[in-house]
Amino acid sequence: MARTILLRLLYALPIGLGVSLVCFMLVYIAPGDPLQTVLPPDANAEMIEIVKRAYGFDKPLPVQFVNWIWRAAHGDFGLSIATRRAVSLEVFGALANTLQLAVFAVPLSFLVGAGLGTAAACTPPGPVGRAMDRLVTGTAVMGVSVPNYWLGLVMVIVFAVELAWLPASGMGNNGSDNFSAFRADDLRYLVLPVFTLAMVPVGIIARTTRAAVLEVRGQDFVTTLRAKGLSEWQVVRHVLKNAAPGMLAVMGLQFGYLMGGSILVEPVFAWPGSGTLLGRAIVNRDVPVLQGAILVLALVFVTTNLVVDLLQAAIDPRVRRG
Amino acid sequence: MIRFALLHSFAVAAILVAAPARAQGVLTVAMTAGAIPVTGGNPDQGFEGFRFVALNLYDALINWDLGSADKPSVIKPGLATRWEVDAEDKTRWLFTLREGVKFHDGCPFDADAVVWNFGRYDEKAPQWNPQQFALSRAYLPNYAKIEKVDDKTVAITTKIPSSLFPYEMSYILMTSKCRAEALKYDWAALAGQPSGTGPYRFDRMVPNERLELIPNKEYWDTKRIPKQDRLVLLPMPEASTRTAALLSGQVNFVEAPTPDAVPRLKSSGMKVITNTYPHNWAYQLNFKNGAFKDVRVRRAANYALNRADIVELLGGIALEGPANYPPGAPLYGKPASYKFDLVKAKALLKEANCVPCKITLAISTSGSGQMQPLPMNELIKSQLEAAGFQVTLQVMDWNALLALTRAGVDTAPNVDGINVSRALLDPINGMTRFMQKAQWAPQGGNWGHYGSDEAEAMVKAAFNEFDPAKRDALLVALHEKMVDEAVMLWGVHDINPRAISPKVQGFVQAQSWFQDLTPITVAK
Repeated sequence: MARTILLRLLYALPIGLGVSLVCFMLVYIAPGDPLQTVLPPDANAEMIEIVKRAYGFDKPLPVQFVNWIWRAAHGDFGLSIATRRAVSLEVFGALANTLQLAVFAVPLSFLVGAGLGTAAACTPPGPVGRAMDRLVTGTAVMGVSVPNYWLGLVMVIVFAVELAWLPASGMGNNGSDNFSAFRADDLRYLVLPVFTLAMVPVGIIARTTRAAVLEVRGQDFVTTLRAKGLSEWQVVRHVLKNAAPGMLAVMGLQFGYLMGGSILVEPVFAWPGSGTLLGRAIVNRDVPVLQGAILVLALVFVTTNLVVDLLQAAIDPRVRRG
Repeated sequence: MIRFALLHSFAVAAILVAAPARAQGVLTVAMTAGAIPVTGGNPDQGFEGFRFVALNLYDALINWDLGSADKPSVIKPGLATRWEVDAEDKTRWLFTLREGVKFHDGCPFDADAVVWNFGRYDEKAPQWNPQQFALSRAYLPNYAKIEKVDDKTVAITTKIPSSLFPYEMSYILMTSKCRAEALKYDWAALAGQPSGTGPYRFDRMVPNERLELIPNKEYWDTKRIPKQDRLVLLPMPEASTRTAALLSGQVNFVEAPTPDAVPRLKSSGMKVITNTYPHNWAYQLNFKNGAFKDVRVRRAANYALNRADIVELLGGIALEGPANYPPGAPLYGKPASYKFDLVKAKALLKEANCVPCKITLAISTSGSGQMQPLPMNELIKSQLEAAGFQVTLQVMDWNALLALTRAGVDTAPNVDGINVSRALLDPINGMTRFMQKAQWAPQGGNWGHYGSDEAEAMVKAAFNEFDPAKRDALLVALHEKMVDEAVMLWGVHDINPRAISPKVQGFVQAQSWFQDLTPITVAK
């Protein structure tokens, strides 16, 4: 097992390198200028050259990339062009803020999605079963189809502006420095973004769970279980255990998605997380921040997949046997 | 006992009477910026960075008068009490510095401090930092060198004689040498401990999220000591988020609400304030290639625009702008009138033998000062096509459009016009940079390489005229020529909408990109 973990961690290196290279090239293929954020529109050619030299953008692109990789390998992601703060501070600070959303959005989406999917698949046929199935399918389709930034705006209008139950935006009264999810006042700021972010995973997980559970329920061993006289609840328990590996894989992907924040949702709530950071870095062509953030998020995905694989192996002997 | 009760009553009454004079409330502003503007000197985030951060923390030698809503803002003494050009050498300006001023960290403001600040442009000086160089040097196109004359006087030499040089100085902010030295020139640390001479002191910042400033009770301009307890600045680039934040009471002052949000804001009791200011939503044109080389085509395009429809599209939050400056601006004069005239536009295109007249306009999806670029450009495309143009809109993001703008017409010969809004605060930014050959991009802001001997002579004459009234008369003539030659395709002027809570009192919206927040009080 230790060897497997080590090997999977080593896989992260070429993945990180590949993601960094693709990201680096995409930033430079797109029209625009990384120094746009600090240079006024009327900056003359001489001035631009001085600033390019100072920021290291005068060197050939391959040299810039190798320099960046070398520094990143030593834990130095460089400085943000826009703020001149260390990229590591920018990225990990934003990631910590997104994590506060994910801590609530992940269990919410997993529990609700898995619960709805299981309920739809396990409700006995008949009018109630059909109604349940339609409800879950409808919820799943809505979760996947409704643009979540739009949903966020509607939630703000209803719950913050019209009903004045919840705050519209931000991360507490004093910013993320003093934010604590254990304080009731601050907790209120989490409700709307968490619910909005959880909607897409709820839809996807509900749909996947329903399909996985239905598939397992059709297998012969389920008939055998019933023939042995197990109660329906006991049967469902066995079904869920067998459907779990597929559900876990989808949940792992959704966890990665939630950790990446949302470029569209976080700005709606002025939430200073990784999605907001990425959006701002793209607009400003803040290349160091963009590269640092994408590399870290890629590693989060790789780690999540590793954890999912290990969990699958733990609960499913077929996976362990390879 | 009675005596005690009377004394007590008087004391309470005295406190109640004195209360209104004390600082009041917290002003919380939702900015359009995506992040907190740079705090360590000259800001990023365009003039919004100046408006909310830089001009509150710092002063320039020359400041802007922002005290009136009724007349255009003009420059006034700041950290310099007077300035004059050397009678013998018109490239040498003498600045007399204000006495008794200290930076927030107690460091004295004097000639050494000014000279040190200009050292930020010398790559070999310890105070050189690429960010501050980038953010401020372009505002000083004419600066050559500085020298200390005595403790209270500095002399600045310009590359060419320029009567407009004082305007350049209004963008250069004075930072504390002592603070930079104490922090060993750690610019990231300085961003968290900035020290200027401005009306507000830095109190607290959560990077990318919020900046909190408090009144500088020792501010040298005692009339401008802030009247509120605290100023909180929040970046909120999403217009709908700003609107919701105001309506839900999280902020009490928002920048640039969208036109469709204005009725809702008003119905909720919010005040929506507008005022004319030197802003220009227009297209710079290609003078090297394509249809706009012909003045008849440029005039036809200007006649083809029905600007009243554009204003209507914007819910009335704009002024028709058939000239470079809005009417009432000091340099407006009596320019040609490009009132909507479809017949004349068609006739001019026919005369220029350009039917259909194919043009490509580079536009952005959003951007600072760009208003509602997509629907506005769609409308303008339809109006131009009604006159006989055939318009292709080349859509790109704001960063890409600015890169194209800076590179100049040579890198985009097939683009006939670029839609980049401009700030017209001073005659250099407002006019001369678009008229001079020396400003041909990539050397300056003249993207399309407009140039004529007559315009060159007029600009030179204005630069060499040091009597303000006579100089302004020359600049008025230059504006009239600019409009007559249809150097741009002009659309509208923004009128700078802001929405504020009814609890916010005392705000006077100046006719400027900059605003004075110091008189504001916020009711509890």
